[in-house]
Amino acid sequence: MLSQDNTSQGTDRSPAIDLRKINKSFGPVKANKNVDLIVAKGSIHGIVGENGAGKSTLMSILYGFYEADSGEIWVNGKLTSIHSSKDAIATGIGMVHQHFMLIDTFTVLENVMLGAEQSSSLKQSKKSARAELQRLSVEFGLAVDPDAITGDLAVGLQQRVEILKALYRGAEILILDEPTGVLTPQEVQQLFDILSALRERGVSVMLITHKLQEIIAITDEVTVMRGGTMVATRETAKTNKEELAELMVGRKVLLEVDKESANPQQVLLEAVNLTLRDSAGVARLDDVSLQVRAGEIVGIAGVSGNGQTELLDVLSGISAVQQGSVVLNGVTIDKDNVLNAKDFRHLSLGHVAEDRHKQGMVTQFSARECAIMGFQDEPEFNGRLLMDNAAVTEHCTNLMQQFDVRPNNPHLKAANFSGGNQQKLCIAREIERQPKVLLVGQPTRGVDIGAIEFIHQQIVSLRDAGNAVLVVSVELEEVMSLCDRILVMFEGRIVGEMAAVDADAQKLGLLMGNAGGDDSATGVATQ
Amino acid sequence: MSNKTLPTWIDVGVIPLINVCLAFLVSGFVILLIGESPLEAVQYMITGAFGYAEGIGYTLYYSTNFIFTGLAVAVAFHAGLFNIGGEGQAYIGGLGVGLMCMSLDSFMPWWALIPFAIAAGAAFGAAWAFIPAYLQAYRGSHVVITTIMFNFIASALMVYLLVNVLIEPGTMSPQSRVIADAAILPSMKDVFAVFGVNIANSPLNIALFLALICCVLVWLLLWHTRLGYAIRMIGFNEQAAVYSGINTRRTIVITMCISGALAAMVGINEVMGAQGRVLLDYVAGAGFTGIAVSLMGRNHPVGIIIASLLFGALYQGGAELSFEVPSITRDLVVVIQGLVILFCGALSLMIKPTIEKLFMKFFAAKESANV
Repeated sequence: MLSQDNTSQGTDRSPAIDLRKINKSFGPVKANKNVDLIVAKGSIHGIVGENGAGKSTLMSILYGFYEADSGEIWVNGKLTSIHSSKDAIATGIGMVHQHFMLIDTFTVLENVMLGAEQSSSLKQSKKSARAELQRLSVEFGLAVDPDAITGDLAVGLQQRVEILKALYRGAEILILDEPTGVLTPQEVQQLFDILSALRERGVSVMLITHKLQEIIAITDEVTVMRGGTMVATRETAKTNKEELAELMVGRKVLLEVDKESANPQQVLLEAVNLTLRDSAGVARLDDVSLQVRAGEIVGIAGVSGNGQTELLDVLSGISAVQQGSVVLNGVTIDKDNVLNAKDFRHLSLGHVAEDRHKQGMVTQFSARECAIMGFQDEPEFNGRLLMDNAAVTEHCTNLMQQFDVRPNNPHLKAANFSGGNQQKLCIAREIERQPKVLLVGQPTRGVDIGAIEFIHQQIVSLRDAGNAVLVVSVELEEVMSLCDRILVMFEGRIVGEMAAVDADAQKLGLLMGNAGGDDSATGVATQ
Repeated sequence: MSNKTLPTWIDVGVIPLINVCLAFLVSGFVILLIGESPLEAVQYMITGAFGYAEGIGYTLYYSTNFIFTGLAVAVAFHAGLFNIGGEGQAYIGGLGVGLMCMSLDSFMPWWALIPFAIAAGAAFGAAWAFIPAYLQAYRGSHVVITTIMFNFIASALMVYLLVNVLIEPGTMSPQSRVIADAAILPSMKDVFAVFGVNIANSPLNIALFLALICCVLVWLLLWHTRLGYAIRMIGFNEQAAVYSGINTRRTIVITMCISGALAAMVGINEVMGAQGRVLLDYVAGAGFTGIAVSLMGRNHPVGIIIASLLFGALYQGGAELSFEVPSITRDLVVVIQGLVILFCGALSLMIKPTIEKLFMKFFAAKESANV
């Protein structure tokens, strides 16, 4: 079905997408080097690669955000030039972005037709859009209430609206960029059902992801990118996760975390009936109690936005305790004893922030300045009046050596490091002092596979040294393989707890979507 | 992404230079429009600012004020605060300097008085900045709005004080009595005379040295102290500062107070130096010019010195120009100054993409030539 020679006008056998020798540079950086890619009509084609492998650039070229420096784009057997997303849509290419491009206060119908109204009269447009939406819903099995307010819909349904938007504009080729990042496992399954339905009706799907199990589950073919080039294309049925991971990184990688079983000791971190309300009075944390013991890694699973961020903020002193208390190394922090993040660090707490760009580092700072964040007042970095800049630099150099941060240059601006190296630097800073309690938010978000292995090893060895670790992650696989005990958060509450050995995606997924609200169904302890 | 592509020397050297040239080009057209020769005008301006000793003295005297107000804006800017209130802070700071001088000038000479005068000016300027700072940090009122308002309040307050309280008895003009001669800062002429060098008379006084000392202190503060580390972190990323256990509210208040105190040093140059008394509207827009100076100098002390020299020359050369060419009025000189502010401040990034493209082209060509 992949007939290379068929360049004649649009026969059915020509591939949906045929990219030939695509090159794109940003200054001295070659983001795409002679990329060839063929996507068969009516297939689901996965594209995997680490951050910076060139996936996004390639898709942006296909969708008209960038123009390639050289190379050809053939769509349905026709040589096409795509200068803007408008051209892409006209060619039949639709894109579902990682962050939805929807207006929350509009109805589904309004969102779908926005920018593609059939008539200058709004009433007329809505009427024809409604009919078309109805037809699409039936044909592809994409049921969404056209009059629902988009912002009220669950994330999975919002994604459907995005897909409908693309189909409404006549897309025959659909690009999905990291579509499962915010979905529960059940919603992922529903998405895959939809994609299969699209495939049956001849729509070609390009799925960009870094989750290998999804590639295995749904795609027909998979292409691996590394360093701006296509390194391999495989029939999905004839490959496996391990091979793909190896192709992505260029060496063998350990996907499972290698660790002994835990040996929990005394409680080092305890949250007692924590409740936190935002300025609107909504409870972001609702009566949360938990314990983390020395020598164990406790994981918090949940769809992002269910109180994990707020929990980390309270446990690290970023947000003041409003109700309830935190007991850290025997010290009680509550409304009457408010401590800030620096005080928490003095009680031997390390905190790797969930979002290093927003919290955990200052991207405009040099690495050496980032490496003392939170410890800027320590005597070792300060003289009597001025800071000891030489000591700051030396500290950073040491961290970089110990934790293999590359490039090994303390004066380089933090923004110029790759995601993995930024994260290594943040983790190095927090782990280096062997904190009794370590909080880690999204340990491997935006981190390439090679670094993931290293980061997991560091966390496990801190545990083995008899310290307590609390991990928050939206990656279920990570929570299950890294942690010893798992708590599930939903709408600010802890709705379930289980040992990692008993956990599977199904059980956790039900809790994450609060389907396990009636605890008899899952047999899991809920609070 | 874009700030990575250009080397520093283009970013902080070439681009501001092109901006200034663009401003002068447009100014040239304006001068052509009213029927004068732009080249002649430029000549007058340059000679006026640098052509003779007295002109240089005036240029440096103006620059002194701009260094103070430029540093004031820069310090606040590093904490992400846009202090538009330099004008009012300088005005009130000058009041502090004046009051201190007037109460002590019969007891001590200038060299004994200056620490007190600096302290009083700094305290007054800082106090004037404290209120907007507190409102920003603890009540969420935006510092841009409140500092602008405080300029008006300062102006009204000073008119009241000068007309009703500080006015020299028996005179009609709203100004305080003159500070005793011995308490006034020596002019540069006096300083040079000590070394046997005779230079022209001008308002330039030793406050210039204070300005240069302040540049060093600000540099040390921002890049070599914990407070500076905190200030810059808040400016880049306030959430990261909270994460690092920095008391952001307190730091914001302290930063604004430092900013106000720096602006107040204009009072040393004017009240204790050039004017020798507190008088109406003696700041004369230096507080606002400080914003342009800081923007153009990329909020760095070295850049601020260079930008202050440029604006000092514009003030002095502009005055000379309107004196020599009657059809180029004082207002037109303000237009030229405004154009420089527009191009260097408001439009400072306008030409950046073009420069970037040109640079990339050149760079890419060189790269491939090397291969």
